[in-house]
Amino acid sequence: MKILVGVKRVVDYNVRIQVKPDGSGVATDGVKMSMNPFDEIAVEEALRIKEAGHAEEVIVTTIGPKACQEQLRTALAMGADRAIHVLTDEEIQPLTGARILKALADKESPKIVLLGKQAIDDDNNQTAQMLGALSHWPQATFASEVKIEGETATVTREVDAGLETISVNLPAVISADLRLNEPRYVKLPDIMKAKRKPMETVSIEDLGVEHAATVKVLKTAAPAKRQAGIKVESVTELVTALKEKGLI
Amino acid sequence: MSKVLVIAEHDGTNLNGSTARAVSCASDLGLDGIDIVVLASDGSAVAEQAAKISGVSNVLLVQNPANENAVAAFLAPQIEALATDYSHVLAPSTTFGKDLMPRVAAHLGRPQISDIMRVESSHVFDRPIYAGNAIATVEAPEGLVIGTVRTASYKAAANDGSASVETRSVDVTLPTHTRFVELASGGGGDRPDLQAASKVVSGGRGVGSEENFKVIYNLADKMGAGVGASRAAVDAGFIPNDHQVGQTGKIIAPDLYMAFGISGAIQHLAGIKDAGTIVAINKDADAPIFEVADYGLVADLFEVIEELEKAL
Ligand SMILES: Cc1cc2nc3c(=O)[nH]c(=O)nc-3n(C[C@H](O)[C@H](O)[C@H](O)COP(=O)(O)OP(=O)(O)OC[C@H]3O[C@@H](n4cnc5c(N)ncnc54)[C@H](O)[C@@H]3O)c2cc1C
Repeated sequence: MKILVGVKRVVDYNVRIQVKPDGSGVATDGVKMSMNPFDEIAVEEALRIKEAGHAEEVIVTTIGPKACQEQLRTALAMGADRAIHVLTDEEIQPLTGARILKALADKESPKIVLLGKQAIDDDNNQTAQMLGALSHWPQATFASEVKIEGETATVTREVDAGLETISVNLPAVISADLRLNEPRYVKLPDIMKAKRKPMETVSIEDLGVEHAATVKVLKTAAPAKRQAGIKVESVTELVTALKEKGLI
Repeated sequence: MSKVLVIAEHDGTNLNGSTARAVSCASDLGLDGIDIVVLASDGSAVAEQAAKISGVSNVLLVQNPANENAVAAFLAPQIEALATDYSHVLAPSTTFGKDLMPRVAAHLGRPQISDIMRVESSHVFDRPIYAGNAIATVEAPEGLVIGTVRTASYKAAANDGSASVETRSVDVTLPTHTRFVELASGGGGDRPDLQAASKVVSGGRGVGSEENFKVIYNLADKMGAGVGASRAAVDAGFIPNDHQVGQTGKIIAPDLYMAFGISGAIQHLAGIKDAGTIVAINKDADAPIFEVADYGLVADLFEVIEELEKAL
């Protein structure tokens, strides 16, 4: 069985975001870019499923400009077998992204598509669910544990009320939450080896995907800033202040 | 007629408070009416609660044994069948709504607006991106709008309504590929629900252990507060996942948030931006949490809690 994993190149999670003064977006020039942390966890999970003997091949894919090949190479260095780069300079929104992933899934027939639950740039949290819908596949979102048994996956999901377990038939879409695993560190020899792994480039047109209606971003602004308050010197001072405000 | 359909979140017995917050957002759209749909196996009690939310015209009760648990793959086709009568379909941006709504949107060929925090017009909304470090004003394409509502941005609609409850049958074939197995709840006991609590006492890695977290629980109980945590505290196994606050946990807006031994990473702060008053206790005077705290106290958290317990 094959596993298809989607990864996205995003501004690194440690970067302090700067909104451009003209409101046209967030500054990304010269900013450190990385694989979306949730996607890294998805790659790791796919590798673990393969290492446990449940899958033969892990294919990673990304949709985006040339620079995204860096993230595909990282995934290959982690251990993925081959990569498919859907090359485009357009900004791809979740519904079109899901259509592209569906076209790839139709072509490659994976039993599992693993994605991060959200990208930390647009924070949409949509693509896995949309792919599930378009493929008429089951979805197991926000996964913190995945067990594969034959043609089913038993997935523990992080939900507001606690931990929910569902069982889904394969093929299925699974989206990774943070506690699913801790991604491995990539070693130098693996980076060298990854350079020789196959990477195929396709266009959205090659895949025959039609763009979905898009959400237009009219402007981007910095959020209202919370004012730093005061430092109190003692618990007594704190209690007095909170009592004055009627909070305790 | 432009009407909004709000998807009720519930556990079969009680309507979740996030629903009334989503209704507030729906009211801001200023359209011709707001309906709520309760998808349940036996949902009359929940429907009655939904009917009390002010501003709601009709509560649609869709009963089906498959709706016993909220499985997105079962609920989505039923919502799609109802959506044709509406201009907007909204759900709270809780894990329930996040799981469900994109599935609805994709089937209907519509993009989704996630985490609506402000309504500018019927198709223009503000939503947070980059863990709330930027706010995007976005315009949905003409036609049906599918969205989730960032509940911390809205107060619950009042509880003095009297909508009519109408039982609907929805004739769709549901898939058989998914089975609900179980829900293990974190066991918060009788403590106030984190997302509804007016006060939250929260602990981070600085608390040190599951054993030590007792002092956080005790203080919370004394104050009638909910209990929150940082990701580091959850990852370390000090406290179950449903207490996590932040970009990937719960986004909350209590009147009072008290952070003990939490450094204040941007991903954590994303969850407390709308808190009324933030209090931070940290032994490191340079911890970033102090940049957002209304009251900061540089001290050992255990000593502070001991003193607080006496003072309260
Ligand atoms: C994609 C992504 C998503 C994330 N989502 C979330 C999220 O939703 N929520 C979240 O919280 N984090 C999230 N994180 C993690 C986040 O980046 C931080 O790692 C985490 O919030 C740190 O938790 P902490 O403040 O408890 O731990 P630390 O950063 O280790 O801070 C512990 C603090 O405790 C203080 N301390 C220690 N002992 C004492 C004492 N005795 N008395 C007083 N103070 C003491 C220390 O000075 C320190 O400031 C996410 C990270 C990523 C990459």
